[in-house]
Amino acid sequence: MAKIELRNLAHSYGGNPSGPQDYALRRMDHVWEDGGAYALLGPSGCGKTTLLNIISGLVQPSEGEVVFDGQQVNTLPTERRNVAQVFQFPVLYDTMSVYDNLAFPLRNRGVSEDRIRERVEEIAAMLDLGDVLKRRAVNLGADAKQKISVGRGLVRSDVAAVLFDEPLTVIDPHLKWRLRRKLKEIHERLQLTLVYVTHDQTEALTFADRIVVMSEGEVVQLGTPQELFERPAHTFVGYFIGSPGMNFLDCGLDGDAAVVDGHRIPLSEEVLEAARQAEGRLEIGIRPEFLELTEDSGGVPAEVEFVEDRGTHRLIKTRVGDNELFVKLRDDQPLPAERARLRFPPEWTLLYANSRLVR
Amino acid sequence: MEKTYYPKAWLMVLPVVAIVSFSAIVPLMTVINYSVQDIFGPENRYFVGMEWFREILGDPEIRGAFQRQFLFSFAVLAIEIPLGIAIALCMPRKGPWVSVVLILLALPLLVPWNVVGTIWQMFARPDIGLLGIGINGLGIDYNFTGNSIDAWVTVLAMDVWHWTSLAVLLCYAGLQAIPDAYYQAARIDGASRWAVFRYIELPKMRGVLMIAILLRFMDSFKIFAEPFVLTGGGPGDSTTFLSQYLTTMAVGQFDLGPAAAFSIIYFLVILLVSYVFYQVINNLGKGVS
Repeated sequence: MAKIELRNLAHSYGGNPSGPQDYALRRMDHVWEDGGAYALLGPSGCGKTTLLNIISGLVQPSEGEVVFDGQQVNTLPTERRNVAQVFQFPVLYDTMSVYDNLAFPLRNRGVSEDRIRERVEEIAAMLDLGDVLKRRAVNLGADAKQKISVGRGLVRSDVAAVLFDEPLTVIDPHLKWRLRRKLKEIHERLQLTLVYVTHDQTEALTFADRIVVMSEGEVVQLGTPQELFERPAHTFVGYFIGSPGMNFLDCGLDGDAAVVDGHRIPLSEEVLEAARQAEGRLEIGIRPEFLELTEDSGGVPAEVEFVEDRGTHRLIKTRVGDNELFVKLRDDQPLPAERARLRFPPEWTLLYANSRLVR
Repeated sequence: MEKTYYPKAWLMVLPVVAIVSFSAIVPLMTVINYSVQDIFGPENRYFVGMEWFREILGDPEIRGAFQRQFLFSFAVLAIEIPLGIAIALCMPRKGPWVSVVLILLALPLLVPWNVVGTIWQMFARPDIGLLGIGINGLGIDYNFTGNSIDAWVTVLAMDVWHWTSLAVLLCYAGLQAIPDAYYQAARIDGASRWAVFRYIELPKMRGVLMIAILLRFMDSFKIFAEPFVLTGGGPGDSTTFLSQYLTTMAVGQFDLGPAAAFSIIYFLVILLVSYVFYQVINNLGKGVS
């Protein structure tokens, strides 16, 4: 069991960083609760893997502390930390059988053969590898290989956190789902802290209780899938989560409304309250799911550019002035003609100042 | 399924047939042709069947040369392969030193065989050579032209100097191809340095090691110019290897028949041993079903 704390953590690969652009990982302060399932989500090169490697000890952070259960582990080598890590591609010991692969971490730590057999059989049963224990690992399929990699992490009884670095990259789509279910099941059973790196939002949203969204070396939001969807803390989260992402429109403020292209869009009391302190470039953001078409003359007039039938819903691309807006429409709702009016429900219309949520 | 015959397809394979004929089949057939005849002149030759093969296989000197040759090749493999692996493991993985080390290692490979022989001939001379004088200066009696063990050690040292780099470069390439994740996983699994070598590096080098072993076996089994220049095969016949016998027989004495039979046996032995190496290395570590 482990609670992972990152205190003032930052990392620069080059040494002597002169500004924020030199950091692979910008200063962050987080507590990841014991037994939580966390997904680290972000595009390639945003620092996810660096953060993961710092937690497992493969990379030494240049600044700050990594703390497991109140104990600082910065100087503790990887093999002495009670974490396991699973990589993007299955890592197997080619010459060994599945059994020996699973037993390897225990043998290296001098565990007795009886205890090893017990653990390996238990973990193999959990991962449905019982039938192939005697086979050579290299001859198995990619999903079985990745399960062995996971198994090598779980087999140590002292493991408190398992870190996954995009573990499903090489797995066939139909097996991905099953393997993800399996990981979730194991998490529920063993109550380990799981950290799961991915650039795939579906994977993150279905796997994790809490999602850590990263962009350019910075954690831009840590929250539940629902929070990320409904209240993105940063325009990046809005873009990155959801398909298509959130709509953002440059705006000004006038009294109780935002002004976009000369049209007034009323804001909620809560947003207006916070907006008083807002400075810098202002944008309003709204999810395509929350935009509504309206007959009311108070709606914002928009041109309809195209309609895409996505099976369960229809996606409509509209234009208000220079801004493109996507609207998701349920199948049973009537399709608009060339022109339509849009209603921005105030409870779902958020205000961003310099890309950050005003709240 | 009905097969379609298309006679003109032969034209497509004709170039390959022609090239292989001239590069392999025709020369080999010539040798086989010579090996079963006693040739006194172009118009004056007799079929002798397996006579030359019997003679070659029964010749104690040639048998001795075969034993020497095997001993030499296995000594070469026993020294150069482990040494090559060890050096490759010590080499830097990245940074400015990589190219320096690579160039230094590649240098011996660029030196022609005869030149290597000449270099060592002078280097090891007990009267004027740096190595020869040095060893004698340590109080060890060393003279590679007079003592067969000294001659052997010198020929081996020369070959190690000349060819270990090849094994190093191949192993280094093999090591560089191992993804970082393997080393990281090994650290997480708590593997010792030895376990990393035994279970990651060695298995991942299997392919390049096979190439290194085959190349070094075939080349050392065919060695000619270096010992010929260094020792001339002596003292006595202690460093006379197969190629030198063969050359003396074919070019020196013009015994074309026996030399041809000798060549075929020589060739088949290399083929057979290489095949055995290939099979053994390929199946190594496949003990678990």
